[in-house]
Amino acid sequence: MDRELLWLIGGVVAVLLVSTVVGQVLKRRARTDASRETVANLNARITAWWAMVAVFAVASLTGGIGSIVLFALLSFLALREFVTLSPTARADHRALTWSFFVVIPVQYLLVGIEWYGLFSILIPVYVFLLLAARLVLAGDTDRFLERVATIQWGLMACVYCVSYAPALLLLDVEGYDSGTGKLLLFLVIVVQASDVLQYSWGKLFGHRPIAPGVSPNKTWEGFLGGVACATLLGAALWWVTPFSPPAAAGLALLIALAGFAGGLVMSAIKRDRGVKDFGTLLPGHGGVLDRIDSLLFAAPLFFHLTRFIY
Amino acid sequence: MIGSAVAGLARLIAGGSVQWAERPTAAPRVYFANHTSHLDFVLLWSYLPPELRARTRPVAARDYWDSSRLRRYFAGEVFRALLIDRGGPDARESVDRMAECLSTGDSLILFPEGTRGTGEEVAPFKTGLFHLCRAAPAAELVPVAIENLNRILPKGEFLPVPMVSRVVFGPTLRLYDGEPKDEFLARARGALETLRETE
Repeated sequence: MDRELLWLIGGVVAVLLVSTVVGQVLKRRARTDASRETVANLNARITAWWAMVAVFAVASLTGGIGSIVLFALLSFLALREFVTLSPTARADHRALTWSFFVVIPVQYLLVGIEWYGLFSILIPVYVFLLLAARLVLAGDTDRFLERVATIQWGLMACVYCVSYAPALLLLDVEGYDSGTGKLLLFLVIVVQASDVLQYSWGKLFGHRPIAPGVSPNKTWEGFLGGVACATLLGAALWWVTPFSPPAAAGLALLIALAGFAGGLVMSAIKRDRGVKDFGTLLPGHGGVLDRIDSLLFAAPLFFHLTRFIY
Repeated sequence: MIGSAVAGLARLIAGGSVQWAERPTAAPRVYFANHTSHLDFVLLWSYLPPELRARTRPVAARDYWDSSRLRRYFAGEVFRALLIDRGGPDARESVDRMAECLSTGDSLILFPEGTRGTGEEVAPFKTGLFHLCRAAPAAELVPVAIENLNRILPKGEFLPVPMVSRVVFGPTLRLYDGEPKDEFLARARGALETLRETE
């Protein structure tokens, strides 16, 4: 068992413990209905975090297979939420069945057998073309390009991008054992901490919205404070990575920025569909896609930067 | 064991939000729902607490569920379906068998439209529900609205597309003494339609 991995997980559990205590104290102190509601939502989120951390810790500790299975399942649940909100047609049924029951397993199988060449082009090239061909065979040309593009986008976001997270375990970095999953944990901790920190800074100090047409809750204060803190956190976690502290800070900054962009893009999709959340699976958070939206853009970016530089 | 696995799988593929207007009880009940997919009853059944699930039998068409070994196995061993003949001359006998089921303390899942629709409108109810209520006046009726299953597994498809659904269990209703058939059926159908529109 990797000692640094245990330290990381232990650290996350410690942070959660503190949050749980703080949440209970706030619950006692809440006086107005509005603050009670905010605190109830906060505590629901913390409870869901315990469950998420438990699942993730078990997956990490079972090595590569555990992480691959977990992220394959996340892709499945995320794509399911994405398709639910997409205006698909009856003729798309078979193409969608293929997406769920063939594309997802094959993409994660490629991670498992470490076939990087095919892994990186399967969805953007072959599935991209096959989907269009399969859809045209169904014979319905109404909104054709829009329907193909929607499914393609769903697969890119929910499957291709997400599969880069467990693929971090395959990276060949000199003098560093990527197979322990510490890079994956580094990515997930920085992305999720950046989310939580942006939310907290925004709640405490935010008043200038960044993109009022998309998400009124995202403010400049939250963005700058959260991203800065996530960068510092990444630098402080340099010891689990093959990077020097300044490099870890730089990568954490890019992860946080990509995370912000991913979250904003997914918010725009939700807004267009007229919903607040993609799902209801995680009480307080919404759906799986609401929780991993910031991971979507960050995972491939972090993977490739690490691969090219180290 | 297999039942729990099937219920888990049904929810992984087609699960979503579920709402209960009243707490589920063990009283013999007739859950009646709108029908668009073969998964309808599986999902409804999967949301029942396990101990009630074991005592709730879907009413299903013999011509479909008796047509292959696999279907027979699921209908008989997993769901304990009550198979009835559709549109045959023995409608009376089917109602009697359903009533008998209720009298032993089992509950039923019924699709009073009689066949699967496209998901837009609830078709007029067949008369079976009314005759069943007359034969078993003690049974509680529970309307259940099921949304989005027509997209998950529409008519004519073998494999589902996993999506998030919504299932709403409504408040119980009963047949009034002397209530005419058409009025009752319209009222029951209305209860289902109201349920579909609730937020």
